[in-house]
Amino acid sequence: MSKRESDEVTGVETTGHEWDGIRELDNPLPRWWLWVFYASIAVAAVYWVLMPSWPGLTSYSKGILGQSDRQAVVGELQALTAERGAQAARLRTASLDEIERDPELQAYAQAVGQSVFGDNCATCHGTGGVGAKGYANLRDDVWLWGGELADIHRTIQVGVRSGGPDARFSQMPAFGRDQMLTPAQVDDLTEFVVALSRRPADVAAVRRAAPVYVAQCVACHGVKGLGDQKQGAPNLTDQEWLYGSTRQAIHDQIWNGQGGVMPAWKDRFDPETLKALAVYIHANAGGR
Amino acid sequence: MTVVIDRSGPTAARTSPVSAAAKARGPAYVTGLYKPRQPIYPKLVHGRWRAIKWALLIATLTIYYVTPWIRWERPGTLPDQAVLVDFAGRRFYFFWIQLWPQEVYFLTGLLVLAALVLFLSNALFGRLWCGYSCPQTVWTDLFIHVERLFEGDRNARMRLDAAPWSLNKAWRKIGKHAVWLGIAFGTGGAWIFYFHDAPTLIRTFWIGQGPLTGYIFCALLTFTTYVFAGFMREQVCIYMCPWPRIQGAMLDEHSLQVTYRYDRGEPRGAHKKGADWTGRGDCVDCAQCVTACPMGIDIRNGPQLECINCGLCIDACDEIMDRVGRPKGLIAFDTDAAVEARAAGRPAIYKLLRPRTAFYGVALAAVSGAMAWGFSVRTTLDLHVLRDRNPVFVRLHDGAVRNGYTLKIVNRGFEDETVIVAFDGPPGARIKTPAAASSGASLTVVAPANEVRALRVFVTLPPQALSAPNLPASFVVRTSKAEARVETTFLSGAANTP
Repeated sequence: MSKRESDEVTGVETTGHEWDGIRELDNPLPRWWLWVFYASIAVAAVYWVLMPSWPGLTSYSKGILGQSDRQAVVGELQALTAERGAQAARLRTASLDEIERDPELQAYAQAVGQSVFGDNCATCHGTGGVGAKGYANLRDDVWLWGGELADIHRTIQVGVRSGGPDARFSQMPAFGRDQMLTPAQVDDLTEFVVALSRRPADVAAVRRAAPVYVAQCVACHGVKGLGDQKQGAPNLTDQEWLYGSTRQAIHDQIWNGQGGVMPAWKDRFDPETLKALAVYIHANAGGR
Repeated sequence: MTVVIDRSGPTAARTSPVSAAAKARGPAYVTGLYKPRQPIYPKLVHGRWRAIKWALLIATLTIYYVTPWIRWERPGTLPDQAVLVDFAGRRFYFFWIQLWPQEVYFLTGLLVLAALVLFLSNALFGRLWCGYSCPQTVWTDLFIHVERLFEGDRNARMRLDAAPWSLNKAWRKIGKHAVWLGIAFGTGGAWIFYFHDAPTLIRTFWIGQGPLTGYIFCALLTFTTYVFAGFMREQVCIYMCPWPRIQGAMLDEHSLQVTYRYDRGEPRGAHKKGADWTGRGDCVDCAQCVTACPMGIDIRNGPQLECINCGLCIDACDEIMDRVGRPKGLIAFDTDAAVEARAAGRPAIYKLLRPRTAFYGVALAAVSGAMAWGFSVRTTLDLHVLRDRNPVFVRLHDGAVRNGYTLKIVNRGFEDETVIVAFDGPPGARIKTPAAASSGASLTVVAPANEVRALRVFVTLPPQALSAPNLPASFVVRTSKAEARVETTFLSGAANTP
């Protein structure tokens, strides 16, 4: 520290330090800056009193305003429920057909349905509802268990092969794996199914397979292969294939007899959500 | 930086105290950022231009205060206010016209038109807008008049300000500020009526039930009116407004503006009654033009940035010319070219039609024409089409393909419209809404008045129509009066059949 000296141009005292011939003027802080600084301290003090701020050993200072983000969220959720109460109540009392005919209620159901579908159904059926191999396409007009609004509602409630007492249940035997048919018979049946869907097939194989089809398959898929929605048996004459339409895919299905599982949702959702979901899926499938 | 405005001339005895102090302290110090205001005490004048100013003041204020109260019946629940900016409903109503946010280009066009009118009037007659119809001028003029009612004219006001505080001074000042605040509040209050139903708002406002934005903007405009018109006055024009800087580019030597005819006035000097006028100009140096000026300038210094072309100095000078027995018009709306020509002994020529004015005129006509055309072809029916993207198409059991679309049918009219929606594409297309039980060649729906109806539709094409993976098509909506068409595509995925 050298002794205090003044700058000759301005007459302001310097800090006394010198770096490469440069000396620093010892001007006071700008007054406005100082006042802003004091004001900030004051605001902080007031904030400590009003708002939760200081951690303690077991808890924290609550602040006299009682501000709590958790409480705020709970309050907002309650307000939301209250706000939607009227529409939710109408959804609960209205029948499925009434919901679909009332444009306002339908729009509400669609919005609820879309959000629930995205959270719960999209994992298997895709965000757009087109499904995947082994997972049903919900956007077309082909339905294993019926495409009427009530059928869809029912399927969502009880699920498929979900284990519940009311669950939709169907089982395709594993004709090859369980040696119910010989590999040659399975090959012939594959040709028969290809022919059912009006595609070129080996005529001799189809002839050989006809009695096997009658003996093993007619009970579920019907004489003409049109399937049966009461049993969840797919129509074999259309162009939709849950497990693929190639000869290999058809052969594999006859050999292994796969069947998927869909959970029952009636215990997860309240009745109005189930209805909304059914209306959403029905509408996006083009209705029936 | 110090803003110094050159006021050289007889009245330029105003040397800035800031710059004087700065000089005394030496060059190491930066002078203050702002120059302290020189109080201006405009004197009341009588005459032609003052009368026009009164008339325009009454007219513009009447339009401003009355417009929100004009009713204009519209059907249904639409607002019955003739002029309304409805932010909540996102509509702008102007008598028989209603604009949607998508049509904001009409507003842009209107602003362009206003700018062109401003340019043209400026090129022809100088700053008429500034002098007569700018809100800053109008409210300042009104405030000065209120000031005059309480404190008297120029001399009385100067005396009052110089006098020590007394009861007389106090009540005059308090009265003035009270009336000013009243007017300012009225100004802010009228402003918010343009954004809400006026008869409803005037009730809810007083009982504390009005919208928050209403209170905020009322307070904001009350504050700005009070401060701008009461205290800042000409400083707003000189320091805050960009127009004085721009207007110089619009003016030329043929623009008519308030001009001191130095060819006639100089050499100026005091004049004794009955003395000879030969060898001297008509200006008797009475400085009445200076005392009358609300901008605090001396017009005899030539065209200046501060001059708003209000013509009050003309009235003040004419009065004096009358009194001393000289012809009026020593200060008048005149052009620099004319004054120069007369000073040089040539006859003055006035040229209103110049390349500049011609250009502004043509531009004005072109923009007006474009606006008129835009309005004439404007329809009340509009259509937007959004394709479903997930899934882009769905194959049905019989090989037919279905696409989903969301149509937005815009009905800008005041009445519900029955709209026929058709899909114009490959033959055999069927269209339906999700909830409908059956499909047909077209749909009939109702588009509610003044709304956008979002309509989900499914279009199904039979297998034999699927000639390519994507098929050009379009949606058509039509009412009895209008039709709208939007091109789209139908995706079939025909290339990868199972």
